[in-house]
Amino acid sequence: MTRLLDIRGLRIEAQSREGRTEIVKGVDLSLNRGEILGLIGESGAGKSTLGLAAMGHVKPGCRITGGSIRFDGLELAGADARLLRQVQGRRIAYVAQSSAAAFNPAWRLIAQYCEGPVQHRLMPRAQAEAEAVSLYREMRLPDPERIGARYPHQVSGGQLQRAMTAMSMSCHPELLIFDEPTTALDVTTQIEVLAAIREVVRRHDAAAIYITHDLAVVAQMADRIKVLLKGREVEEAPTREMLAAPREDYTRSLWAVRNFQPAPRDEPAAPEPILSIVGVSASYGTHPVLRDVSISVPRGRTVAVVGESGSGKSTTARVVMGLLPPTAGQVVFDGQVLDPLSRNRPRTLQRRLQMIHQMADTALNPRHRVREILGRPLEFFLGLRGRKKEDRIRDLLDQIELEPDRFIDRLPGELSGGQKQRLCIARALAAEPELIICDEVTSALDQLVAEGILRLLDRLQREMGLSYLFITHDLATVRSIADEVVVMQNGAVVEQGPKAQMFQPPHHPYTEKLLSSVPEMDPDWLTRLLGQRQMQEKGAA
Amino acid sequence: MILKLVLRRFAIGALTLLVVSALIFWAVELLPGDIASEVLGQSATPETLAAFRERNGLTDPAMLRYLHWLGGALTGDFGLSLANQRPIAELIGQRVANTFFLAGYAAVIAVPLAIGLGLLAALYRGSALDRFISTSTLAVISFPEFFVAYILILLFSAWLGWFPSLATVSPGMGLGARLYATFLPALTMVLIVMAHMMRMTRAAIVNLLALPYIEMAQLKGLRRWRVIAVHALPNAVAPIFTVVALNLAYLIVGVVLVEVVFVYPGLGQLLVDSVAKRDMTVVQAACLIFAATYIVLNLLADVLGIVSNPRLLHPR
Repeated sequence: MTRLLDIRGLRIEAQSREGRTEIVKGVDLSLNRGEILGLIGESGAGKSTLGLAAMGHVKPGCRITGGSIRFDGLELAGADARLLRQVQGRRIAYVAQSSAAAFNPAWRLIAQYCEGPVQHRLMPRAQAEAEAVSLYREMRLPDPERIGARYPHQVSGGQLQRAMTAMSMSCHPELLIFDEPTTALDVTTQIEVLAAIREVVRRHDAAAIYITHDLAVVAQMADRIKVLLKGREVEEAPTREMLAAPREDYTRSLWAVRNFQPAPRDEPAAPEPILSIVGVSASYGTHPVLRDVSISVPRGRTVAVVGESGSGKSTTARVVMGLLPPTAGQVVFDGQVLDPLSRNRPRTLQRRLQMIHQMADTALNPRHRVREILGRPLEFFLGLRGRKKEDRIRDLLDQIELEPDRFIDRLPGELSGGQKQRLCIARALAAEPELIICDEVTSALDQLVAEGILRLLDRLQREMGLSYLFITHDLATVRSIADEVVVMQNGAVVEQGPKAQMFQPPHHPYTEKLLSSVPEMDPDWLTRLLGQRQMQEKGAA
Repeated sequence: MILKLVLRRFAIGALTLLVVSALIFWAVELLPGDIASEVLGQSATPETLAAFRERNGLTDPAMLRYLHWLGGALTGDFGLSLANQRPIAELIGQRVANTFFLAGYAAVIAVPLAIGLGLLAALYRGSALDRFISTSTLAVISFPEFFVAYILILLFSAWLGWFPSLATVSPGMGLGARLYATFLPALTMVLIVMAHMMRMTRAAIVNLLALPYIEMAQLKGLRRWRVIAVHALPNAVAPIFTVVALNLAYLIVGVVLVEVVFVYPGLGQLLVDSVAKRDMTVVQAACLIFAATYIVLNLLADVLGIVSNPRLLHPR
């Protein structure tokens, strides 16, 4: 039997300002009908490039410089637009990472679903619409008859991702490319999407390439796993085999990330709180988003706030920072009640309370060099000038483990994602704060890079006695760095306490749901969990 | 929510127009010299001057005259021309119609052509066609408009003899004859306004081409023109409308020189004549019409921009 997809010695080059760099360096990949292959690796490994190449597509600025891509006997490398149009969308379909960005905001969901089959002349519009509804139902979307009439901005992220998977099935493709389809979703939503994707792929007997950087996720989805590093294959093996016995050091290091544990500290009696949020409620317009939230952060400790998106985690941070005045309650910092608005707070107070954002990319001015980015808070809060300021900037760069001589004159665009986040940490440190609010600071980073950031934050806490209010939706992160955990849902705190206690049963039902939703390495985990939940639902009914 | 936004735009438009009308009125008011002696000449006796002021309401306080003028303007009555004492509305009516006709003529050609060429340039970005479209349209707007007009006259009327060099129109003329007579001024204006709209269309589309949903459309195996026309264009509508409105306004307001070159009896020419004759009431009326056109067109672009945004049109 011929293979559905056979990629041999594929090389892809990217053209950038500095010249050409090879991003895929001779990779082989093969896939049988009905098989699911997991592609895994950190960012820059070339997994997305390889996934798109399997459709014969390369991003603008890239080109295929060698090798072949044979899909069911057709050569896609260097194929003309006509041939590619016959294959793309119709026989090979793509599911993008961010469905919010990949749906056209100007058209209804069902119009975008029908476009493929109608344009490829596979079926009339009416039939496409009928099939859309049945796929929406299969994907367990609410109100499948009418959800297609909505615009992309009118449905939630998890629903949109399922609608996109449905859309990719519209032409009954033989091969599906999933490019990190659940990375942007929180754990509870991720489960639903994973289950729906797995079921629909199996039922329609399609082959798939599943790209992700999350090993536990790929373990649930793939029959085989291929590990990539910097454009080369590290190893490939059937899923169970690889999980049981990874051959290469690099693969093992991917495993190890999940196990980062800071050294236990000498436990003194619980210190007095540096920050107390007391009975805070807040709303956007008339829409209430926080209800009677009380959280306290002991000095020198890390309090993690977890919950799915929309649970009010970031809003809590905005209230503390004085960006959103609360409708009730108050924020007490080191014994002083803080003014609801940041601009009314004295500068010394602003200095002692800093924040690091999720998107280091957008939190840094792209036209300022590292020297200006770090120099500004030094001038503004501490009044440093000239020689003293320069010395302090270099100290800060040393602290975040970036070599001052190499980095001080760079622009943010010349830094990697992890380096940018380090720079944001240094900027917060420049003010010599006592409390730092970290808003999903590792969520946009790869596991290896994220681990580096967590180690850095941990070290800084030990050296300077910093306190962190750490907002995240990732329970693995919480498990590794938190001293205390606060679980939020729908704008209210449902449970809080020391970490050890929170990870021990019995749990609040919502905490239980969150915890059980974190994917585990066991390839049977998803099947088992879905079975359990079904049983519970039956029991409840 | 969308109704509120649109109503707000209308309110802002009305307010702007009010401010502009006040500026126009007071600017003329501040001009040195006495209107009565300007009109009646140096030999006028104090009695005739007083009688003239009385008749034209010039003795009233300025505020009262402003309100009176504004109220009249709203009902289409702009008062009397100082130069020949005829009602301005009568004087201006045909001129306004002529100017709008010419602008409409040019717009009907220029807008689809510019957007079409912009789409083509975006579709074949970086190709010879793209560069040809971009440089040629840019070259044309680099010349002053009267120069373009004279070149066209030289080419089409003096050498080839295809079109008349004077755009003479009369009220009883048929549409065909009218279109023929005004072809050269219309063509001049098409050339002048096209580059801006075409470049904006191209830039707005190219801006979108890097977005994930455009890549997604490509990966669905759609034809390239469909990706651009169906997926990119609807999302570029707001910036394109803005530029189209600006240029439509320019077609009406900025054509003074073109009208003069082709001796076309439009509002622009009337304005030039009236300034020469110091016929201030006519100048006031013409300015107010220009300002109103400008504001209304920009208002329309704003409203279309709001209405074309699915997030506003279909709230959650």
